[in-house]
Amino acid sequence: MAQSSSSESGTATGLRAGALAAHPARRRTLLRGAAGTAAAVTLPALLAACGTGPGGDGKTVSVGSNGSDATPRKAFRAAFDGFEKKSGKKVKVNTVNHEAFQENINRYLKGSPDDVFTWFAGYRMQFFAKQGLLTDISDLWKGKGFQGFSEAMRKQSTGEDGKQYFVPFYVYPWAVFYRKSVFDKHGYDIPKTLDEYRALAKRMEKDGLIPIAFGDKDGWPAMGTFDYLNMRANGYDFHLGLMRGKEAWTDKRVREVFDLWRGLMPYHHKGANGRTWQEAAQTLAGKKSGMAVFGLAQPGQQFPERDRDDLAFFPFPEIDPAVGTDAVEAPIDGFLMSRKAKNKDAATDLMKYLATPRAEAAYLATDPNNISVHDKADTGSYDQLQKDAAKLIAGAKQISQFMDRDTRPDFASTVMIQAIQRFISEPDDIDGLVKDIESQKKTIFAAG
Amino acid sequence: MATTGGKVRGTGESGRTGAARGTGAARGTGRSRGPGKSRGRARRRGTRRYTRRDLAVLGVLLGIPLLLDLVIIWGPTLASVGLSFTRWDGITDIQWAGTDNYRALFTDYPPFWPAVRHNLLWLAFLGLIATPFGLLLAVLVDRGVRFSRFYQSTLYMPVVLSLAIVGFIAQLVFSRDQGALNTALGNPDDPVDWLGDPSLNLWMILLAAGWRHVGYVMIIYLAGLKSVDPELKEAAALDGAGERQIFFRVVFPALRPVNVVVGVITVIEGLRAFDIVYAVNKGRNGLELLSVLVTDNIVGEASRIGFGSAIATVLLVVSLGFIVTYLVQELRGERNR
Repeated sequence: MAQSSSSESGTATGLRAGALAAHPARRRTLLRGAAGTAAAVTLPALLAACGTGPGGDGKTVSVGSNGSDATPRKAFRAAFDGFEKKSGKKVKVNTVNHEAFQENINRYLKGSPDDVFTWFAGYRMQFFAKQGLLTDISDLWKGKGFQGFSEAMRKQSTGEDGKQYFVPFYVYPWAVFYRKSVFDKHGYDIPKTLDEYRALAKRMEKDGLIPIAFGDKDGWPAMGTFDYLNMRANGYDFHLGLMRGKEAWTDKRVREVFDLWRGLMPYHHKGANGRTWQEAAQTLAGKKSGMAVFGLAQPGQQFPERDRDDLAFFPFPEIDPAVGTDAVEAPIDGFLMSRKAKNKDAATDLMKYLATPRAEAAYLATDPNNISVHDKADTGSYDQLQKDAAKLIAGAKQISQFMDRDTRPDFASTVMIQAIQRFISEPDDIDGLVKDIESQKKTIFAAG
Repeated sequence: MATTGGKVRGTGESGRTGAARGTGAARGTGRSRGPGKSRGRARRRGTRRYTRRDLAVLGVLLGIPLLLDLVIIWGPTLASVGLSFTRWDGITDIQWAGTDNYRALFTDYPPFWPAVRHNLLWLAFLGLIATPFGLLLAVLVDRGVRFSRFYQSTLYMPVVLSLAIVGFIAQLVFSRDQGALNTALGNPDDPVDWLGDPSLNLWMILLAAGWRHVGYVMIIYLAGLKSVDPELKEAAALDGAGERQIFFRVVFPALRPVNVVVGVITVIEGLRAFDIVYAVNKGRNGLELLSVLVTDNIVGEASRIGFGSAIATVLLVVSLGFIVTYLVQELRGERNR
């Protein structure tokens, strides 16, 4: 890359010199132009170095949003409109492409972030809290502030220092999705245990279906299966310990998880590393496959409106009766206030508003692929799928946030994505795999 | 440019040499050559030849590019080398890490060695297969086969596409379930996983990248071939040379400057390859490249900036190997000419 840019600048100066020779009269203008270019290159950097930017006017809250897809974008706007109407304040939304938002989050928070921004619960929130990049909103959680959030929600909004930083907004559970009509046609029963799950998969194979639709080209969708196998076999606490770097990946309990997964692999759709989750979800919608482990938001988007009633799910089956199925994987999205918020009062008001059932209802009316986190939320407009999802989460004793939200992002993205893809293409080398993960984990978690 | 004129090459040819060789090198050597030959005279007359104003202009004209070069290219380069010995997540303070990053990279980072291998394979494929193939097509088109304009534009078409787009096209063709290739092969029961199988996907992507590279190389060679003096070929033919001999003994050597440019382009394309694999599967699972690993570690929440910089430094060292070889050859060639 260095070569190409140097040769380009070489060409540019070459041209400029040529132009100079041809028109001596224009020499001065050109020089001025060159000086201007140099200034244009360096100025923004200087500005950024000393700039705090324009201050708030007390009336406007700026919100950084990663809801760049059409549906969430419209839904967020609907929620903010409610706030504007109620408070007379303005919400200025800066929407950034979803992936780009995540990729730039560190620089964003270090630079001049918006007052309030969309983010996720769990470790990824706690990490920023620990760096002192967030405003502590424990006061809002105390007393009469936020009401109607369950204890699990409070726990997921709390930093390692015991203070709250997060306003949960909506949640979507992971489960095993299927089409009711397919199950009816073949007379399948909902499997309660892993043995039944395996037996059902075998039957589906005989019936000419792909038992478990599977696509992991993007790297993260398979993490859901790992998390569930791990939580059902070893429990929520082990999941958390493993994600926080406290348990060893070479532990025999982790090997057992991969071993269980290997046993299920023949029933998974082959070639998962070359298939996106969208393509996998389409096989489910097209009745070519029988089941798929997904989050509610995923198959919801891939199912045509008229088939949505046919989509249903069951909780990931039980593996160890002693552990049961108490843990539910349910990523929570919500809002954080940056430490550098320019307009703290208005931002606080906005946070308070976002913690009301009204705000959530306004959002969910446009984006029905999630469910509310508020106990008093109006569930009247929920479809069957949302009702079931709400029931699943309400019955959960522990809520996990998904692998890449429960562990360090550098570990999830540079180690686990690759490791799981490797496992998918060669499921037999479990020993080598866990050894590799463990030694990389040690390096990364040692970095503090 | 001082042309000796004693050589067989026409003046037009040597003019092209300068233009094609590009850019930075031509300017530098041109200048160093003048004073080198007539150093004595220049020193005697130096003060009289440059007025203060000329010196100021020269100073600004050379100074600004030099400054920009230092700030935009050397600054970040040295900064990444420096950062590669530290640990930094972009938020907390930078910590000194010594050679830890490199140790972890060489021993403890599974994608690293595959990435190095793939980068070299990428270079070899482009250099040994795609580039010669482009030359072959250029020769065929240049000889005026029927519909040569049609071939020329068809082969050139992918060049106007960015590699990211080529990546998307590759997915339409090679996708396991919905791809055109598997449909054409008619194997719905046992489809080949062209992009998901780590032993296959690199070759498929090389094919797609080569598809674009061939057109690129062809067009450059075509321009070069058009400029080879037909009289040279005629003279060789009169001397009794066959087609093959004419090409390898006369035309190809006359293309030397073009060869250099194509060589440089090929190396650059090979080392900076990134967008196509990133578009396909983020450069994972068999498509690892050094540039992808740098991005993986530095961009995003991951922000292992020190570790990523160490990978970038490795890529820099590999590139420097090629840059230094190229410069040494060019400077030596310049002296011999």
